[in-house]
Amino acid sequence: METAPKPGKDVPPKKDKLQTKRKKPRRYWEEETVPTTAGASPGPPRNKKNRELRPQRPKNAHILKKSRISKKPQVPKKPREWKNPESQSGLSGAQDPFPGPAPVPVEVVQKFCRIDKSRKLLHSKAKTRSRLEVAEAEEEETSIKAARSELLLAEEPGFLEGEDGEDTAKICQADIVEAVDIASAAKHFDLNLRQFGPYRLNYSRTGRHLAFGGRRGHVAALDWVTKKLMCEINVMEAVRDIRFLHSEALLAVAQNRWLHIYDNQGIELHCIRRCDRVTRLEFLPFHFLLATASETGFLTYLDVSVGKIVAALNARAGRLDVMSQNPYNAVIHLGHSNGTVSLWSPAMKEPLAKILCHRGGVRAVAVDSTGTYMATSGLDHQLKIFDLRGTYQPLSTRTLPHGAGHLAFSQRGLLVAGMGDVVNIWAGQGKASPPSLEQPYLTHRLSGPVHGLQFCPFEDVLGVGHTGGITSMLVPGASEPNFDGLESNPYRSRKQRQEWEVKALLEKVPAELICLDPRALAEVDVISLEQGKKEQIERLGYDPQAKAPFQPKPKQKGRSSTASLVKRKRKVMDEEHRDKVRQSLQQQHHKEAKAKPTGARPSALDRFVR
Amino acid sequence: MTANRLAESLLALSQQEELADLPKDYLLSESEDEGDNDGERKHQKLLEAISSLDGKNRRKLAERSEASLKVSEFNVSSEGSGEKLVLADLLEPVKTSSSLATVKKQLSRVKSKKTVELPLNKEEIERARTPLEQEIFNLLHKNKQPVTDPLLTPVEKASLRAMSLEEAKMRRAELQRARALQSYYEAKARREKKIKSKKYHKVVKKGKAKKALKEFEQLRKVNPAAALEELEKIEKARMMERMSLKHQNSGKWAKSKAIMAKYDLEARQAMQEQLSKNKELTQKLQVASESEEEEGGTEDVEELLVPDVVNEVQMNADGPNPWMLRSCTSDTKEAATQEDPEQLPELEAHGVSESEGEERPMAEEEILLREFEERRSLRKRSELSQDAEPAGSQETIDSGSQEVLSELRVLSQKLKENHQSRKQKASSEGTIPQVQREEPAPEEEEPLLLQRPERVQTLEELEELGKEECFQNKELPRPVLEEQQSERTPNNRPDAPKEKKKKEQMIDLQNLLTTQSPSVKSLAVPTIEELEDEEERNHRQMIKEAFAGDDVIRDFLKEKREAVEASKPKDVDLTLPGWGEWGGVGLKPSAKKRRRFLIKAPEGPPRKDKNLPNVIINEKRNIHAAAHQVQVLPYPFTHHWQFERTIQTPIGSTWNTQRAFQKLTTPKVVTKPGHIINPIKAEDVGYRSSSRSDLSVIQRNPKRITTRHKKQLKKCSVD
Repeated sequence: METAPKPGKDVPPKKDKLQTKRKKPRRYWEEETVPTTAGASPGPPRNKKNRELRPQRPKNAHILKKSRISKKPQVPKKPREWKNPESQSGLSGAQDPFPGPAPVPVEVVQKFCRIDKSRKLLHSKAKTRSRLEVAEAEEEETSIKAARSELLLAEEPGFLEGEDGEDTAKICQADIVEAVDIASAAKHFDLNLRQFGPYRLNYSRTGRHLAFGGRRGHVAALDWVTKKLMCEINVMEAVRDIRFLHSEALLAVAQNRWLHIYDNQGIELHCIRRCDRVTRLEFLPFHFLLATASETGFLTYLDVSVGKIVAALNARAGRLDVMSQNPYNAVIHLGHSNGTVSLWSPAMKEPLAKILCHRGGVRAVAVDSTGTYMATSGLDHQLKIFDLRGTYQPLSTRTLPHGAGHLAFSQRGLLVAGMGDVVNIWAGQGKASPPSLEQPYLTHRLSGPVHGLQFCPFEDVLGVGHTGGITSMLVPGASEPNFDGLESNPYRSRKQRQEWEVKALLEKVPAELICLDPRALAEVDVISLEQGKKEQIERLGYDPQAKAPFQPKPKQKGRSSTASLVKRKRKVMDEEHRDKVRQSLQQQHHKEAKAKPTGARPSALDRFVR
Repeated sequence: MTANRLAESLLALSQQEELADLPKDYLLSESEDEGDNDGERKHQKLLEAISSLDGKNRRKLAERSEASLKVSEFNVSSEGSGEKLVLADLLEPVKTSSSLATVKKQLSRVKSKKTVELPLNKEEIERARTPLEQEIFNLLHKNKQPVTDPLLTPVEKASLRAMSLEEAKMRRAELQRARALQSYYEAKARREKKIKSKKYHKVVKKGKAKKALKEFEQLRKVNPAAALEELEKIEKARMMERMSLKHQNSGKWAKSKAIMAKYDLEARQAMQEQLSKNKELTQKLQVASESEEEEGGTEDVEELLVPDVVNEVQMNADGPNPWMLRSCTSDTKEAATQEDPEQLPELEAHGVSESEGEERPMAEEEILLREFEERRSLRKRSELSQDAEPAGSQETIDSGSQEVLSELRVLSQKLKENHQSRKQKASSEGTIPQVQREEPAPEEEEPLLLQRPERVQTLEELEELGKEECFQNKELPRPVLEEQQSERTPNNRPDAPKEKKKKEQMIDLQNLLTTQSPSVKSLAVPTIEELEDEEERNHRQMIKEAFAGDDVIRDFLKEKREAVEASKPKDVDLTLPGWGEWGGVGLKPSAKKRRRFLIKAPEGPPRKDKNLPNVIINEKRNIHAAAHQVQVLPYPFTHHWQFERTIQTPIGSTWNTQRAFQKLTTPKVVTKPGHIINPIKAEDVGYRSSSRSDLSVIQRNPKRITTRHKKQLKKCSVD
């Protein structure tokens, strides 16, 4: 296995110096301490002990993905210069057979590197260069640390493999249930609810709770793992959609007229009349925004943390009943009857982008968790997967015998399509690859036409709402095996949930930051920068950053006559001028080369045209 | 005696003029009655006119709107001088006697004082007294030339009345254009002719030949009939080559090569090549039967570029050398019968093909000249029908005059037909240009510039037709030309590539949405719902599917186009109509002015969805998000890329391990509650009171040697 450069050994000496410089801030209260003891208590006192002592359930061999809790006493990254090599041998006198820090695979480190080095920087000053070096060193260090803690992601995703060429799609749920352990087998169940019509369903972000609403007013929420019912009510009105808000304690229900919010006891907390005739709901967890698409053609963003409507956008495309969110950048995708999918942000009155996907209307849209792929199905019976990374071109297309009415992506990129009373699931090669539509991974027939689909987070379970009730089916390899206990912990207690809620609210992302490329926010706003510069020049009357005009240095032995000074000055000026001319010529050439292929040459005879 | 002769000649000329604008009076018999002498001169004139077509001995004449003749000793005309012809000038004696001059001056002064005009005066002027005056008046009246002051013929007046401002402008623009074209072409030809490089000419010739060959090949595939014609032309070129005896080894070059051939292999080869060519050319070809049609076929569009040669041949064919005529026709016959592509390279002797730049002007000239040729062939045919075999020189001259007459006859007949048919647009489109070209009027040096007579004629027609609207007429010349152009150079049209591109995009989008995708093989086919409402919905869906069609794509493209238009930066037009020029309703500010006061918006960066037909990406800036972005570069950075690099690594605990997070966020200064902080000493900061104290600091804390300290230390040690 290839290994990352061990910071202590291969890192160039310059960087070493840098690290020593930054190594350990010396505090004024420990001025006289011997340096050897300083290593024992690095940094500020730890007040996050409770975090390290987080109760780990026995089943919870899932360890946090981005482990902020790195309990394992980390091997010191670099051999400290001040340590004697002899001191490495312990009390026993035995030599460490693997001296130095453990190797880290390069690919894993690369995964955490975020500095875009594709852009070549121009010549920069020494001071700037040192800053850049510091930034790069920091990045390397943190990414190595992150890569090391990958080790703590112990769980592996499930999988389903056919015996030598057996089609996995032929394996039915009963077989799977038979094969898995009892705990997992208990996750497959059917709720027979024929009375209250087709069901929509929604899992909470932790994947622990399930809420479902029947067309004829039946609303219920339960802890589906333990099958403990939280509440069950009938709202006596048609229910169009149902969604958990940031936690399982709050529940938004799109009813026939208005949007209602219930708590986990089934008590109505709010009736939001400004969101009327809502057909679809979507919750953006990091922005605390509830997006509603209505029959009247409005897309409304409701900030649930303050209860304000952030934006009400008119899509100008008739009734809206196809909506999904892009989990990567919180952009809302709306499907329209003219075959287009439009991408929305609350900061803009117009769609960020419009993609023509189908010849008929769009029936369903889904975006995968990395924000790379979008699956759409339309009235033309086609299922397409689009690349969302700037090109918006279809990657694969399939015609389904009976067009898909519902689509959903799982955390690991499996795609499910509900067609009539059948669900088909397609799987890709890995996590980052689009699902290949060649062969379905699994199929399942339900007792009624599908009305709602969602993969459960952190469980290999697919929830299907249909006319006959709710079906929870097992889909091996659907979801992320390792969860982030600080972000969405399925096993959290009430206290932990409250803690998390406060923190999440503090870290709420403003709604106006939603844009197609969130990385663009980390860029300098060049337009304002230039504008500011211009204003400054106007204010001052000169450009403070402009290069000072050349002033020849006086020379001795009579060579500093005025004439020679002027001559030298002239020389430099001419050289600069030549440079300028050269540049402008080059630009012109470029322009011409660009302009030539497009359009015909203007003719001298054009002036006679009337 | 002399006066008499003058009068005679004037009369003759006037009659000729009549012939020129014959369609009006249509008096052919008169001219036929005229003596031989007259006919001879006419023939001479015609020859001149035709020979002047080549552009070699062309004289530039100022344009004059009225029908008039060239300046000649027999004629009264102020053509070219730019002055108005005043009758008084004509009436004056050739030499003014000096004694009378003073009196005259006085007289003129008296005249200019504008005394009360007597009605008698006018009459006096009108009346002709001397026989010469009578003659002149006669002449003027006959020609409908103005006698009195306005100096406009009735025709001109009519034309003035008939033309609107717009039309006149268009007319003028057209004329200017034609003139410009001509001058460009001339200049280019002159320039190219001046090039002395033999190599250049060789290369040009070769290039032309190659191109012609290629075109011919293409033509043969597309249009065999046209290809046949082309082949004839090629054969003609071969003929010319053959006649020129260029490939006999008697030229300078050939002689020099012959000397060199002994020693130089290349020269020998070149010589051999020439010899083989000569052989090829001088080879006798199979003679097939003749037909009259062929002669018409020999007319060469391409060769008109070098019209002198063609005309020469034509003249010969008409004229006294029947032998030449025979050989020509026989040659062309051969060409028609055997389509041998190997013969083709020989056409290089002539500028058969045109270079790209000339194409447009050529197209126009071609049309005109082709018409001319047609006419000529027609004439020839009529001649042939009249007298089967050409006779002696005297007779040929006669036939020449007759030729003219017959031609005119044909012409007038055509015109008459035109009038009768009254299909204004359809007929005039075809014939009017013909009429115009038809006239081999000696005054015209270039048929293209014959705009005025054409104008008059059409206007006359209009008048005859009961003053119909003239807008059709206005449109006449343009469509013809445009058609021609589009025929000829479909790729040269400026908007052609654009259209193509757009089409491509369209196709692309179509493909994108309509490609047949393989259908999924599914084990579980969904059962068809029995439910009533479900079925109904299905039904509706099916209808929707049926109607889901191309209009989706079209609508999307339209929307995209609009979005692109809307996002384009707008130009600012600051022109004030009427400022510095004539104002009024319907007058637009001139193009020059508009150009001057148009502030062009800078072209923005290319759209992100430029190459994505199925996507519209909003280019508007998200100002709310921009408010959160960094807007000022911090100190050491000079370019925003540099700074962006330093902030690309996230420092939040969400993206980092706990330890890394702590390390990234350690504050520069950490205070401990309850600890006493001693005040700063000057030495700590770096001020040195003495070198000793400095040293002590360093000793006490060897780790804190900064570079500055080191520098100081060095200085100290140096001191």
